[in-house]
Amino acid sequence: MKPVAITRMTVTSALGAGNETHLQALRDGRSGLAPCRFEDVALSCHVGEVAGVDAIALPAELEAYDCRNHRLAWLGLQQNGFRAAVRAARERHGSQRVAVLLGSSTSGILQTEHAYRHRGPDGALPADFHYAETHNTGSLARFVALALQLDGPQWVVSTACSSSAKVFAAAARLMELGWIDAAVVGGVDSLCLTTLYGFNSLELLSPQICRPWDAGRNGLSLGEAAAFALLERRSPGMAEPQGWLLGAGESSDGFHMSSPLPDGGGAVAAMQQALAGAGLQPGDIDYINLHGTATHNNDAAEDRAVQTVFGPATPCSSTKGATGHTLGAAGGVEAVLSLLALQHGLLPGGLNRRQPDAELQSNYVDHSRAAPLRRVLSNSFGFGGSNASLVLGAA
Amino acid sequence: MATLFVQGIGLCGPGLADWAQGAQVLGGQLAYARTPTAVPPPARLPAAERRRAGAAIKIALAVADEACQRGGIAPALAATVFASSSGDGANCHALCEALAGSDRLVSPTRFTNSVHNAAAGYWHIAVTGRAASTSLCGFDTSFAAGLVEAAGQLHADRSPPVLLVASDTPYPEPLNATRPLPDSLGVALVLQRQGDGALARLTLAAQPPQASTPCSDAGLEALRQQIPAARALPLLELIARGGAGHVVLDCQTGLSLRVDVSQP
Repeated sequence: MKPVAITRMTVTSALGAGNETHLQALRDGRSGLAPCRFEDVALSCHVGEVAGVDAIALPAELEAYDCRNHRLAWLGLQQNGFRAAVRAARERHGSQRVAVLLGSSTSGILQTEHAYRHRGPDGALPADFHYAETHNTGSLARFVALALQLDGPQWVVSTACSSSAKVFAAAARLMELGWIDAAVVGGVDSLCLTTLYGFNSLELLSPQICRPWDAGRNGLSLGEAAAFALLERRSPGMAEPQGWLLGAGESSDGFHMSSPLPDGGGAVAAMQQALAGAGLQPGDIDYINLHGTATHNNDAAEDRAVQTVFGPATPCSSTKGATGHTLGAAGGVEAVLSLLALQHGLLPGGLNRRQPDAELQSNYVDHSRAAPLRRVLSNSFGFGGSNASLVLGAA
Repeated sequence: MATLFVQGIGLCGPGLADWAQGAQVLGGQLAYARTPTAVPPPARLPAAERRRAGAAIKIALAVADEACQRGGIAPALAATVFASSSGDGANCHALCEALAGSDRLVSPTRFTNSVHNAAAGYWHIAVTGRAASTSLCGFDTSFAAGLVEAAGQLHADRSPPVLLVASDTPYPEPLNATRPLPDSLGVALVLQRQGDGALARLTLAAQPPQASTPCSDAGLEALRQQIPAARALPLLELIARGGAGHVVLDCQTGLSLRVDVSQP
């Protein structure tokens, strides 16, 4: 694929709002995870809750969209001059030539969960429940398009935990097709009872803080996040690129709804396709940001896949020990973290690993260190056997 | 602009049994009579997945299967795009009810099926398909979004055909009152870059907002307005009539999608 410029990016997660707090947290090895105090959830687990989301007020004209997911999206859009950068792109290309392609797994479902607790005597949902603006999976793209005054193609990709990696690929395709000149991509997912109690029902929620790649790993910790990137066609007047999207790979397992292919075959296909798209060899990758959810089977399958494609040398880590698993936002979050790593020459260490797993062969990095990075591969794999890998390059 | 070829079609909806009968209705040879949607059982699914599949998964798989058979392609090789406004509404309702209860006991199968890409996941399991797959949502304009995404995939230097599936199923109450969908409807298109043996050539172009093309038949037009996936019907009408022309599909507020249809 033709490299696509990334002219602005921003991430908001439990580590804080904006890129600076994330960079500092990665350098310091700080985690945003804490024992769960979300609503009245009575589960023993850690979560990565973003501070201050409840206090966010949306502009009056977007009031119908009010829900936790869109408040988090709004908070994310205010960081790192993202709105100003999009405005400049809109003025340069025209609002219809800028797409809004975002990933979300559960959208504003928390709003619906609340509404179900406040049904009327006839069973009806409360009158202030806005289905199209909060519940519907597509509402995030509509909300962000309205907030940024964009009229290009807009939809939400919802393929569970690979969602917001796949939108980078979709935007690149629309650019190659000649339909757009720029795209706002990324993902937003927020804490809700569906995922907390759902992952708990599958016994995939760790009772402690998640420990990716640890011998005793016993499940994931959920987080929430908003991550955005502005992709642009190389053109006169384009802002200075912060990094490049060099390749993307997508595949399906066709195996099981909630377990990966044990040999990581689907992940192998996604990584190889991403490398081929970028015209690179495995040895050209300086760091792999793993999907690394800290469930027993996921980490084992991903390790096999990494061995198959890269062998044991390439440094890699999962940043989910810091952010938690942000599900439909994870691909976007980790793309931005990878871009920050490239930009600042930082190889991020994974957190919370106490005892390396002798079965896992990858060169897992525990402690962040300075390293000149040129190219990073980021993995995102989801329920339904949906795999996506991105190759990102330094500016 | 993007050109693609329709190789096979699958259809299932109120009064539309499959593409063979639906093409006669849409082509004007057979009067449209609305009857409740009858979804054939998902023969392709392994027994375990068949037990776990709800109505939303079944209709998506039924039309996907029909389109692949009619298109004469090996389903395992196709990349897929699944477009749906609502996913599995009955499953969503059951989860919300469970979470509103005091014990919040959630069924693991229900949680697994709650992902928007459940139908895609089951399809790829059913056909052991390892190709790329996207599931997306654009509310009422999900079909148009899926068509644009499919065009992007076809032109991104990929050899396999792309199977586009657009389907919607109704919510039970109380969600139904906030998003009333009267019945289920699914449409699937097997799309290729090349035109050998194709049913129609489609040329897609984005344009400033314009009124979308209605269906010729009043009963079908009612469907089009009521079920997001039925926004595909004016396009299918044009194909069924074997002629040339164009339809305008709602993309979203700021854009329309013009699809020119011609003989391959």
